[in-house]
Amino acid sequence: MTISSVTEVMDDERSVKDGVDQETVDAVQKISSYKHGWETDIETEYAPKGLTPDIVRLISEKNEEPDWMTEWRLQAYERWLQMKEPDWAMVDYPDIDFQDQYYYARPKSMETKPKSLDEVDPKLLETYEKLGIPLKEQLILAGVEVDEEDIANRKVAVDAVFDSVSVGTTFQSELKKAGVIFCPISEAVRDHPELVRKYLGSVVPMSDNFYATLNSAVYSDGSFVYVPPNVRCPMELSTYFRINAENTGQFERTLIIADKGSYVSYLEGCTAPQRDTSQLHAAVVELIAEEDAEIKYSTVQNWYPGDEYGKGGIYNFVTKRADCRGDRAKVMWTQVETGSAVTWKYPSCVLRGDDSQGEFYSIAITNNYQQADTGTKMVHLGRNTKSRIVSKGISAGKAQNTYRGLVSMHPKAKNSRNYTQCDSLLIGDQCGAHTVPYIEVKNNSSRVEHEATTSKVDDDQLFYCRARGMDEEEAVALVVNGFCKEVLQELPMEFAMEAQQLVAISLEGSVG
Amino acid sequence: MLKIKNLKVELTAKGKSILKGVDLSVEAGSVHAIMGPNGSGKSTLSYVLSGREGYTVTDGSVTLDGTDLLDLEPEERAALGLFLAFQYPTEIPGVGNMTFLRTALNAQRKARGEPEMSSGEFLKEVREKSRTLQIDSEMLKRSVNVGFSGGEKKRNEILQMIMLEPKLCVLDETDSGLDVDAMKLVAKGVNELRHSGRGFLVITHYQRLLDHIQPDVVHIMVNGRIVKSGTAELALEVEKNGYADMMVELAE
Ligand SMILES: Nc1ncnc2c1ncn2[C@@H]1O[C@H](COP(=O)(O)OP(=O)(O)O)[C@@H](O)[C@H]1O
Ligand SMILES: [Mg+2]
Repeated sequence: MTISSVTEVMDDERSVKDGVDQETVDAVQKISSYKHGWETDIETEYAPKGLTPDIVRLISEKNEEPDWMTEWRLQAYERWLQMKEPDWAMVDYPDIDFQDQYYYARPKSMETKPKSLDEVDPKLLETYEKLGIPLKEQLILAGVEVDEEDIANRKVAVDAVFDSVSVGTTFQSELKKAGVIFCPISEAVRDHPELVRKYLGSVVPMSDNFYATLNSAVYSDGSFVYVPPNVRCPMELSTYFRINAENTGQFERTLIIADKGSYVSYLEGCTAPQRDTSQLHAAVVELIAEEDAEIKYSTVQNWYPGDEYGKGGIYNFVTKRADCRGDRAKVMWTQVETGSAVTWKYPSCVLRGDDSQGEFYSIAITNNYQQADTGTKMVHLGRNTKSRIVSKGISAGKAQNTYRGLVSMHPKAKNSRNYTQCDSLLIGDQCGAHTVPYIEVKNNSSRVEHEATTSKVDDDQLFYCRARGMDEEEAVALVVNGFCKEVLQELPMEFAMEAQQLVAISLEGSVG
Repeated sequence: MLKIKNLKVELTAKGKSILKGVDLSVEAGSVHAIMGPNGSGKSTLSYVLSGREGYTVTDGSVTLDGTDLLDLEPEERAALGLFLAFQYPTEIPGVGNMTFLRTALNAQRKARGEPEMSSGEFLKEVREKSRTLQIDSEMLKRSVNVGFSGGEKKRNEILQMIMLEPKLCVLDETDSGLDVDAMKLVAKGVNELRHSGRGFLVITHYQRLLDHIQPDVVHIMVNGRIVKSGTAELALEVEKNGYADMMVELAE
């Protein structure tokens, strides 16, 4: 079946299922600029609704986990019961009924684990192909303009996570030759327990915060990476998260360990169907960089943002943290956040090793009724540690965009440096941008610099572009891409083009 | 090709009248120059032609090859072949000069239903055309007009003009702030574009540009009106006597 006919089938299925006529479906699709809002018609197996110790055990059982993992989950569950949902972020959403959703959804065809990609249900493979993520090996991520020769030879290994399970991971054997482990975390729990037990929860403790604790109890799958000492991972690694099932939360967990002197670059992408009800996505990502190791972690977050009236969309409540455990370790977070109805996310670095470095580059775009409260924490513990934060917030429509950042220099973090630059761009006059920096310096040899600007899209710039032939939306996209340049250029080139297009798409309808 | 009839324009915000009935026709293949003192409305005319917001046309009409321009969006005018070399080109931080030019070029092509130019073809063209203007590859990579010297900005406008191949080119004081060498480069760029199917409207303050770009007709604009039109001689006359005479004539 060709991709285009799959599209038709999927759209038809939806119109029948929702009981709405094709005209309405078409009309809605025309309004929305979200390109990944279709769903895959596939038989799905759910765990019963709601959250109980039995559900926790069931998830553990489905993943064929050893007892220690089950115990860990149950302990998290007990902690979670005693916790309260945080309310300090500048976001506003209706109460979530945690008993009224599914915590585990798996395509029926994944009941027996496919041994290779050839055995994976073609409908799942088509889903990723349609998203521009071919799971066939030797192919790079699509959507990229291949005009540099060098890019043609680049490879990206993909772990594809569909609802609660990993569907398949590419290039595993080639990575294995280099000594790199890249597999679903469910598999790592079974096959590499010594590594998982050593590192899981060592950066984001089980009881870190409400959502992280929830995740610790019910996480279903995610990716695991281990790069052995002095190995430079031979290709980009990536995980592509797709939520498909309705009323289902996605709780994935990613654990990346770069052992001494190693290097890895990892990309994460995510999309979800367009639905009227909101869905919860509460992930935990832990990065560990040992001595002289370097991790680059890039995200292009494109969860369904809700419609132009603020209906539906993903609640993206994510805990991401990196531990620069060894001296001279380096971690770089780059994120392009264009999706989700509500985003609550602060990728952070604990700079424990002396001379370790943390960087955070962020673009957060909110349009219509989207809300984003995002930023980072740089916790300087070691001497001569350095951090750099570049945040670009863009708001349009009635959206609210908050940068919240903490820079903390501990007493022992002598001679440390932070530089923070926060730029906000407003499109229209009904949106908001907020900058909330927290700075703590507990020694007198360290230095923290903070710069913040807020500007509006400049009419002269738009007119200049239009006088050269671009329409208004194209002009806004170009100017905004320019505003984001410092962050975009930090993305691996496979993602940079896609991100630029995404910037344009997410601002559609923001002018005129 | 360009026909301006009795054009009256005021500033939308202030209701202040700027253009008070401008009549002007530029035929294909000809170069018209507009001279006039500061504040006489020359830039306003160029902005109204290209569709900038903030001006209200209270009377008159403007057509390009028979199409009414005043109802069109700026980008539609550009796709029809109108180009304005700005008196003060705008800076766009973070947007590469080449990216800008390519986006513009392909937007116009798309609007006209033509195929987009491939990146290979585009690169070849840009390299070739920037050489004439002594624009190096470093300048092509920098952000649009950011950190450009006055002369670099003006040469960059001409590069855009050459690449976009417009039908009607409006140059607003492209010569101001240029040294003699830079002015010669700009003039050379313009002269190479002179063509039987193309018209030019060259706004300038000084006669010296017209030594290098020979105009067919020279108009003098004072206080929102064209008060005198003539041959290239007129420019020399103005250079010698200034505008005082004409202002007096006008007052009478
Ligand atoms: N946006 C504006 N706000 C206020 N005054 C303006 C504006 N644009 C033009 N003007 C006024 O209109 C008149 C004509 O200006 P302009 O067209 O720039 O003249 P020129 O280009 O011939 O020097 C001047 O008096 C100028 O001050
Ligand atoms: Mg002027």
